[in-house]
Amino acid sequence: MAEVEVRDIRKSFGGGSAAVDGISLTCGNGEYLVLLGPSGCGKTTLLRMIAGLEHPTGGDILIGGRSVRGLPPRARKIAMVFQSYALYPHKKVEQNISFPLEAQGMSREERIEKVKWASGLLGIGHLLQRKPRQLSGGERQRVALARALVREPQVFLLDEPLSNLDAKLRASARLELKQFQQRVGISTIYVTHDQVEAMGLGDRIAVLNQGRLQQVGTPEEIYHRPANTFVATFVGSPPMNLVSRDGKLVGFRPENIELEKTAGSRDDAAVFHSRVLRIENLGADRYVYLRVQDDKGDTNIIAKLPIDHPLHVAADDDADVIVRKRHLRMFDRDSGEETAA
Amino acid sequence: MSEPAARRTVIIDETVRVHHLLDREEVLGPLMLAPLLIYLVALVGLPLLFVFIYSFSDATTGSDTFNFVGLETFQKTIADPVFQVALRNTVVFTVIAQAVVIVLATILGFVLSANFRGKWFVRFLILLPWTTPVALSALAWLWMLDSLFSPFNWILGQVHLIDQGTPVAWLGQDSLAVASVVALQAWRTLPLAAVILMAGLTSIPPELNEQAEVDGAGFWRRFFDITMPLLAPIMMVAILFGIVATFTDMAAVYILTRGGPGDATQVLGSWSFYTGIQGGSLAQGAAIGIFMFPVLLGVCILMLRRASRTDAF
Repeated sequence: MAEVEVRDIRKSFGGGSAAVDGISLTCGNGEYLVLLGPSGCGKTTLLRMIAGLEHPTGGDILIGGRSVRGLPPRARKIAMVFQSYALYPHKKVEQNISFPLEAQGMSREERIEKVKWASGLLGIGHLLQRKPRQLSGGERQRVALARALVREPQVFLLDEPLSNLDAKLRASARLELKQFQQRVGISTIYVTHDQVEAMGLGDRIAVLNQGRLQQVGTPEEIYHRPANTFVATFVGSPPMNLVSRDGKLVGFRPENIELEKTAGSRDDAAVFHSRVLRIENLGADRYVYLRVQDDKGDTNIIAKLPIDHPLHVAADDDADVIVRKRHLRMFDRDSGEETAA
Repeated sequence: MSEPAARRTVIIDETVRVHHLLDREEVLGPLMLAPLLIYLVALVGLPLLFVFIYSFSDATTGSDTFNFVGLETFQKTIADPVFQVALRNTVVFTVIAQAVVIVLATILGFVLSANFRGKWFVRFLILLPWTTPVALSALAWLWMLDSLFSPFNWILGQVHLIDQGTPVAWLGQDSLAVASVVALQAWRTLPLAAVILMAGLTSIPPELNEQAEVDGAGFWRRFFDITMPLLAPIMMVAILFGIVATFTDMAAVYILTRGGPGDATQVLGSWSFYTGIQGGSLAQGAAIGIFMFPVLLGVCILMLRRASRTDAF
């Protein structure tokens, strides 16, 4: 177990803009830190630099308080799980798991003991004699985790380990990953572009865009107090609505909207006049697509309303959008940064 | 007016019919395969059949008598000491040349799959010997190994490893002649093997090596424990190609040494040619050639097995 700290780290692949453009970040002892961002935001490059697979062009990386700059991956006491799991296809599960131990020069008896322990922890004891191609996606993930776990690393680095699983399996694999990490308590840095995974897994989330850190915080902070319009619209589905009013961008979540035919003026809430474009029934919720008049003209927004909530409007009706003041977030119209109300 | 219009319809009809014919797989398939099949039957199948027939006969180029003599030709062939040398040489040359090739080709495969400036030029240079006909490259080697004009001798003389006055007769001494033939065989089969191994190396997912690196493996462990096992099936293909090329070749020996000095570098291909064509004993030439058959058959079986296995990763 160890703390991981990156200090003003940079990486450019020659020409064009930097892939990682000065990021400083700390993953605390035993913490589950998720790096979240769209593809090409630099999150995988950052992870690979921590692993030692890429050399940073600037900045420093500390693991357990020690700089690891210039150290090869094997000297960093890290374990990594790749998106593809990268199981050695010619080795049995048992040999896959014991490979890191062999590389350490551990004795045969000790290795067998360790493999037994790791495979027992992940419930794959019955798969030890199989080849990777004979395993399902979920089993492969567990083998990859067992191989990562077996040498008791200081840090786990996980690069989108769920993206190769089908949607059904993903939910249960997510639960398994979280339980696994809580049991072993090893600092974990997890890369994903899926905000649902990030919200569900992370103790804290670091949102990245274009090689820069946008915000670090708990899932609640990221969701309810986004630092800028990028985070506001990247996290949450449907994303936060942004309406231009009084020289600022007003942000509010789709589920914080109330719809009335006419609201009158309210002290405790902001009211926007709108027209209903379309109503979608999604089972538990309905999405109401609305066009709001604001400073800049028309803006489309989405309201997410529980299905058991009575709805008094229909498509093509005029409606008033009511958002309570505590649900409103203000952003600077030019910089996109959050400002005071 | 109506006549040209009618003719046009006919023409259209015919093109439609031809198109229709070419759309039908049971017509198009055999049609496209026919040239290859005719070529294989006429230039490979029939000669092979003749070799088998001749080898059980007493046929010569000098007369038109033709009698089946059973295994007599084979008995004569096996008893011939030159044949024994040729058989041993063929095996030894092939094994040594391919052993050298597989080591060098693996190294070259890494070089070829690496990223560096001027990569295309290096690739071009490595591939060059493969595109040169054997006869042509053997002639070039003949000159390079000439006792008077050899650049090797000149270089060795310049660094005072040999005396300028007594040049090395590369093709005049048994062991040096053998080494020269093996070197030529290795040199000319190396490029294809290198390209095959390059393809094999680039087909191994890079994250397997990265994973091994993170797992704590150093270069040699990664090479022997990850890369080599994954490369092995493709290496096998390269070796099989190399064996076929070296085992059956006669041009290199024919041009470089004529089997000499004495019969020190005689191989099955050259000895079969000298006996059957130049010596006129068609039957015995054929019988010598037959001895290549088991090895090539084995290679074929291995190749076909390889081709039918598709579970590389």
